[in-house]
Amino acid sequence: MIVDHPLLGPRDSAEFVILGDAALLDRPDWQDPQAPERFYEYLYLRQNPAGLHRELWYHEQGDRSWLVVTRDTTTHDIVSVELARDVARRNKAKP
Amino acid sequence: MRYSAFTIFSQGLTGNRGWKELWRKPEPKPSYDVIVIGAGHGMAAGYYLAAKHGISNVAVLEKSWLGSGNTGRNTTIIRSNYMMPENQPFYEHSLKLWEGLEQELNFNAMVSQRGIVNLFHSDSQRDDFVRRGNVMLMSGADAELLDEAQLRRMCPYLDFDNARFPIRGGLLQRRGGTVRHDAVSWGYARAASKLGVDLIQNCEVTGFRIDKGRCVGVETTLGPIAAGRVVSCVAGSSSRVMKNAGITLPIESHVLQAFVSEGLKPCLPGVMTFGAGHFYISQSDKGGLVFGGGLDHYNSYAQRGNLPALEDVCEGAMAIMPMLGRARLLRMWGGVMDMSMDGSPIIDETPIAGLYFNGGWCYGGFKATPASGYCTAHLLATGEPHELAAGFRLDRFRRGQLIDEKGVGAQPNLH
Ligand SMILES: Cc1cc2nc3c(=O)[nH]c(=O)nc-3n(C[C@H](O)[C@H](O)[C@H](O)COP(=O)(O)OP(=O)(O)OC[C@H]3O[C@@H](n4cnc5c(N)ncnc54)[C@H](O)[C@@H]3O)c2cc1C
Repeated sequence: MIVDHPLLGPRDSAEFVILGDAALLDRPDWQDPQAPERFYEYLYLRQNPAGLHRELWYHEQGDRSWLVVTRDTTTHDIVSVELARDVARRNKAKP
Repeated sequence: MRYSAFTIFSQGLTGNRGWKELWRKPEPKPSYDVIVIGAGHGMAAGYYLAAKHGISNVAVLEKSWLGSGNTGRNTTIIRSNYMMPENQPFYEHSLKLWEGLEQELNFNAMVSQRGIVNLFHSDSQRDDFVRRGNVMLMSGADAELLDEAQLRRMCPYLDFDNARFPIRGGLLQRRGGTVRHDAVSWGYARAASKLGVDLIQNCEVTGFRIDKGRCVGVETTLGPIAAGRVVSCVAGSSSRVMKNAGITLPIESHVLQAFVSEGLKPCLPGVMTFGAGHFYISQSDKGGLVFGGGLDHYNSYAQRGNLPALEDVCEGAMAIMPMLGRARLLRMWGGVMDMSMDGSPIIDETPIAGLYFNGGWCYGGFKATPASGYCTAHLLATGEPHELAAGFRLDRFRRGQLIDEKGVGAQPNLH
C-alpha cells in the first residue's frame, strides 16, 4: 500500500505504525457522569467495519506525524489521507 | 461406514466403489433446537452437542464451503504453552482432546505430536521460559528446557552464533505438533452428521430474528430458520454478523498470512519458533515448509495481505535457519481473524437471550478447536459456562478482568 502523505507525498506503508480506529481522537470527558461507561466503549469497543475505515497511522520511519487514513478494509484501497492534527481541530470546532 | 484397516483392504479388493459421502447434504428444516453459525469451531460445537449432550436437532450454517474459513487456512500448530490461568487449562484440555480425537471421530486427522521448540536468545528470555515451563508443568502439561548443547544435537542447522540473536536453547513441548486442518473439519462434519446434525453449506446468515429481547431464529440466504438457541462461531466476521443483533464487539478483524515452500526432503523434526521476532515453521508430510509470522497490522476483511509482512517473516527465517534462503516459495495466502482487545477468546452468552457468541480467537484458535466446540456445546446445553472457559466472558472488558497473555494492552494488532 502507498500512503499519500499530505506533506511528504507518496510513502511506502511499511514506514508507518498503525494504531487503529480514528475514533480514538475523540477521548471522552473524564468529568462526564457516564465516564466509566464512555471510557469502556472508547478503550475496548470497535465498529470494525467491512468497507471504509478511518484509522490513525503514525509515520514512525518518516516525519513522525500522525495521519488519518481512510481505507477500504475489503480492498485495502486508500481513499484519503489527512493530518490527524487537522482532523482533531475540525472535531473540536464541532459543537 | 466405519473406517478401519479392514475397510481399506476390502474396498481395495472391490475397486474402491463402496466409499460413501462423508456427510449428508440436507435441505434446511424450518426449525431447530440449536443453530450454529459458521462451520469451523461451529462444526465441533455441533458434534459435541449431539455426542455429549444428546442434542441432535442442530443445524450448522456455513456461508461458503466447510473449512473455507481459517480452520482450513492456518499453519496447523497445536500446543498448550500459555501462561494465564484462564488460558492454560483450557488449551491443555484441548491438547488432550486432540490426543483422543481420531479414535473418537473414527477419522484420520493426522494429529502428529512431533514437538514444538520455542527458541530463546538471551539469559533473561531463558528465565522467562523457565517460568513458562513451570506454569505448563503445574497445569499438567509437559515442558522441557533444552540447553544449547542439547539443541545443537537436535537441530545442528540453526544459526546458533548469529551475531544479533544467538540461540541459547529452547523450551520444548513434546506433545505439541501439527494436525491436518481440513481433516479436522471433515472428521467433525462426518461424525456430527451421523448423529443427526445438519451441515448446511452455502447458507449465509444475514440477520437475526429477535422477539421481545429473545433470539428466536436467523435470516439466511436460504430463507428464515427458527431456533431455540443460536450461537455465532464466525471468527473473522464476528463484528459483521453480531452487528445484525445490535452488538458492538471488543474485536478488530486483521489479516494473517501463511507461506509454503516447494516440497523438500524431511529436514525439520517438529515445529520451531523464533524468540526474537515473529516466525514459526514446520514441515508438512508432503515436504513443504509451512511457515508464518505476525499480522499485516491493519484492519482487513480481504483474505490476502501485502509484501512487507512477507519480508518480515523471511527475515525471521534467515535469522535462525539460513538454509531456508535456498528454498523457493510455492504459495501464500491470508485469512481474516478476530483480534480481540486482550488477545484471548470469548465463549459466552450475549445481552440477547438465546443468542450466544464464540469468537476472538486471534491467531491461536486452530489448536483450540476441540475444546472450543466442547465448551460451546456445554454452554448451549446447560446455560452455564464450562469451568475451563469460565474466564472467556464477554463482559470481562467492562469489568477490567483482561486475559492479556502478552501484556500489551487494548491494542489488537499487537497481540
Ligand atoms: C494464516 C493463519 C495461520 C494460523 N495458524 C495457526 C496455528 O498454527 N495454530 C493455531 O492454533 N491457530 C492458527 N491460526 C488461527 C486459527 O486458524 C483461527 O483462530 C481459527 O481457525 C478460528 O476458528 P473459527 O471456527 O472461529 O473461524 P473459521 O474457521 O474462520 O470459521 C468461521 C466460519 O464462519 C463462516 N461464516 C462467516 N460469516 C458467516 C455468515 N454470515 N453465515 C454463515 N457462515 C459464516 C466462514 O465462512 C467460516 O467458515 C491461524 C490463522 C491464519 C489466518
